[in-house]
Amino acid sequence: MDNFTVGVVVFPGSNCDRDVSWALEGCLDIRTKYLWHESSDLSDVDAIVLPGGFSYGDYLRCGAIARFSPLINALDDFVKSGKRVLGICNGFQILTESGFLPGALVANKNLNFICDDVELDIVSSKGGWFNNGDEKQTIMLPIAHGEGRYYCDSDTLKKLVDNELIALRYKNNPNGSSFDIAGITNEKGNVLGLMPHPERACDETIGGTDGLFTLKSLILK
Amino acid sequence: MDKFAVKVFVRLRPSVLDPAGEATKFASIKLGAEGIKSLRIGKMIEVKIEGNGENEVREKIDLLCDRLFANTVIEDYEYSLEKL
Repeated sequence: MDNFTVGVVVFPGSNCDRDVSWALEGCLDIRTKYLWHESSDLSDVDAIVLPGGFSYGDYLRCGAIARFSPLINALDDFVKSGKRVLGICNGFQILTESGFLPGALVANKNLNFICDDVELDIVSSKGGWFNNGDEKQTIMLPIAHGEGRYYCDSDTLKKLVDNELIALRYKNNPNGSSFDIAGITNEKGNVLGLMPHPERACDETIGGTDGLFTLKSLILK
Repeated sequence: MDKFAVKVFVRLRPSVLDPAGEATKFASIKLGAEGIKSLRIGKMIEVKIEGNGENEVREKIDLLCDRLFANTVIEDYEYSLEKL
């Protein structure tokens, strides 16, 4: 496990890449490597984080252009191999735009950019992203987004519920998301997308450590 | 090669709430406009494109709309095509 390396993808417009790297290296002693979006060689990383930000200026739709980068094209085989991919905020938007996760993220119901700490219920332990031993758990993580309203049609929602793919739900839905959804996984559980920022909750001095477990889960097999 | 001017309209699906449209509707009423029942905001994309005939160009535009211009989870699209 000493050589376990998490790739942190950098798109033009990413702005949480260094935070993710700092949280992984500084708080968890997990090695990271920045991956420029033009790269398609993922052979020397064991897990990948798509960080928050505004890839390609959010042009057209959030995450719509990033989807066509060489790195995202290479992600398909990476995901199929069972390796872990975590998409945070803009990373979640990219994962839905590129079809790794169902649904879409659209403008917040109240049109505000919301920057706040929110309470979240952990719904599913699929993939072990939040499974820190407690049976039913509420955590507090920061959110910072203008387009974080999760939307899916009723058939997709039923599938998410039936297959236990809903990872996190807002206690007090801040943005109008369908079914209060804040984060979902794929069926295998190795891909998690969420709007809240676990990397911003990894040290008591900046307001909490509820994000640590999710980042630490990147090293799970 | 034939040249075409294409206008693509991308709209949020009727089932998807359009808060920007709602805000603009509110402002329109404040401006004094009466009788507005619904106001929704979409995008219009203009493309000039070459191809061997209309069918080939339509195939290209269909692909662009489906894969890039619109996210069909939340949006519908339609387009008009004019031969130049």
